[in-house]
Amino acid sequence: MEYINAFWVGGAICALVQILLDRTKLMPGRVMVLLVCTGAVLGFLGIYQPFAEFAGGGASVPLLGFGNTLWNGVKEAVEEEGFIGIFLGGFKASAAGISAALIFGYMASLVFEPKMKK
Amino acid sequence: MIQKTMGAQSLAFTEAPCIISSASVVGKKESEGPLGDLFDMAGEDDLFGEKTWEEAESRIQKEACVLALGKAHVGPDQVRYLYGGDLLRQGIATSMGAEELQIPMFGLFGACSTSGEALALASMSAAAGYGEYMLAVTSSHFGTAEKEFRFPLSYASQRPLSAQWTVTGSAAFLVSSRPGPVRIAGVTVGKIVDFGLKDSQNMGACMAPAAADTIARNLEDFGREAQEYDRIITGDLGYVGQSILLDLMRERGIDISGLHLDCGKLIFDQQTQDTHAGGSGCGCAAVTLASYILPKIISGEWRRVLFVPTGALMSTVSYNEGASVPGIAHGIVLEQCPDWKEED
Amino acid sequence: MGNKTEKDVQAYRDYVKTKTPVHGLPLNMVKAFLTGGAICTLGEFILNYAEKMGLDKDTSASWCCILLIFLSVLLTGVNLYGRIAKWGGAGALVPITGFANSVAAPAIEYKKEGQVMGIGCKIFTIAGPVILYGIFTSSLLGLLWWIAKEMGVIR
Repeated sequence: MEYINAFWVGGAICALVQILLDRTKLMPGRVMVLLVCTGAVLGFLGIYQPFAEFAGGGASVPLLGFGNTLWNGVKEAVEEEGFIGIFLGGFKASAAGISAALIFGYMASLVFEPKMKK
Repeated sequence: MIQKTMGAQSLAFTEAPCIISSASVVGKKESEGPLGDLFDMAGEDDLFGEKTWEEAESRIQKEACVLALGKAHVGPDQVRYLYGGDLLRQGIATSMGAEELQIPMFGLFGACSTSGEALALASMSAAAGYGEYMLAVTSSHFGTAEKEFRFPLSYASQRPLSAQWTVTGSAAFLVSSRPGPVRIAGVTVGKIVDFGLKDSQNMGACMAPAAADTIARNLEDFGREAQEYDRIITGDLGYVGQSILLDLMRERGIDISGLHLDCGKLIFDQQTQDTHAGGSGCGCAAVTLASYILPKIISGEWRRVLFVPTGALMSTVSYNEGASVPGIAHGIVLEQCPDWKEED
Repeated sequence: MGNKTEKDVQAYRDYVKTKTPVHGLPLNMVKAFLTGGAICTLGEFILNYAEKMGLDKDTSASWCCILLIFLSVLLTGVNLYGRIAKWGGAGALVPITGFANSVAAPAIEYKKEGQVMGIGCKIFTIAGPVILYGIFTSSLLGLLWWIAKEMGVIR
């Protein structure tokens, strides 16, 4: 059951974003920023958590989920450490994602060559 | 006087300089397109034996020059000046490519109109008697252009239908005061025309106004009707740009629909090669001219052609800073020399 | 811009819009739906497997992130992720795999310009904004949260 929810929720988010890509002049970079910030805001408003519980991977895999992860990290850090948590929480929560992207991305540069598109 | 000014922007050469020879070098995708067999040389992997895309682009510029010179049995030391340009920052493909030839050179920037700019300057200096041989060369490369203007090659994005595919290709033209099979009877140097469009994914629409302006100016300066040309061929307006051009010309009361061709549409097969709105880049117009247009003029199928490569004069910085994309187009009047005979 | 008034510019823009073909949106939405759905389902599979192995929620989520990113980088390297995106559009951009592709692609392309000046300087050329604005937004919201707590609005 959870697989079905993950599929259609994740798919629906992508389908909606497709409208942005096709009908506005927004470039991919800006769309990614929009997704991350929206995820953080939805997390702040308390909307993202129940949504994530329902959809599982369908909510956490999209970049919206990354924004929510950032927000949760900051919130926890603020609760535990007060004001300074604002600076501590973000990178702490997103460490896995950012580190993985950098480490694997760099390793890819050692192994792969840029190839012509067809 | 060998040349005289015509109207506001044009020159007519009474003793017209000729294109003695030309050569085209292209990448894999281009060699698989509709004009595939017509190119002089095609690469297997677009690296042409070099290590980077930039070095590859320099290499094909050099090869194009060497081939063109070889066809005419002229050595680089006989060439007075080289006029060349490309799309890259600081024109590095041209500088690195021309270095080995050791010909005094002028580095140009006209974006995708560079072939027109180079031919105009080469013919003007040949007609003025500054030297017996001038070389005009230009190039573009998909890898270098994508990296410079859009995204690294492995970046996964969906291209809109108005986007064009930068041609990997270079062509060189040997222009001389000696007789040849095709003469450059005149040139119309274009002005910058900007209709305020800010869409870098729709270059055809950005450049069409400039093409319309230069074509109309050419007809007015030379006192001609459009029908006096067998063909009017733009560089890379593509499918979208062509449609807009025909409309803009109609607004001026000129119908070129039966005469107009576009190199960007000719070089790729839209259906099978997934190139959306067509080819683009300096190399697009140049290699099409060398491999497709010039042979038709030499054979007499077309007697007089107006060749109008178009360029979009933007940079990534200007674009990011919110500026619009202005266009420019240069017109080159090419005519068959029916009396010319090939000597061995 | 010189030769055109603002009204002329807008008129030309509107005209160009009518002449410019666009992808069929419904079909593209379906493709995005399928592609994104598939990637999210894969993520769900990883999450479930991790939890079955006894890992807590946060660690499972981290593993899901790491594995999806690894997969995306691999597909980027062999030039397959581009084809997925060409077909699936937003379905490849929206999941975290799109973010990973946007880091791996510059790393591969710019290595010719050197380790520091090439890869080092340009690896975040596409993804940089995501990190900047993600951190900034969440921190800003964190500030609001802290203020709300200090003022007793939230306990």
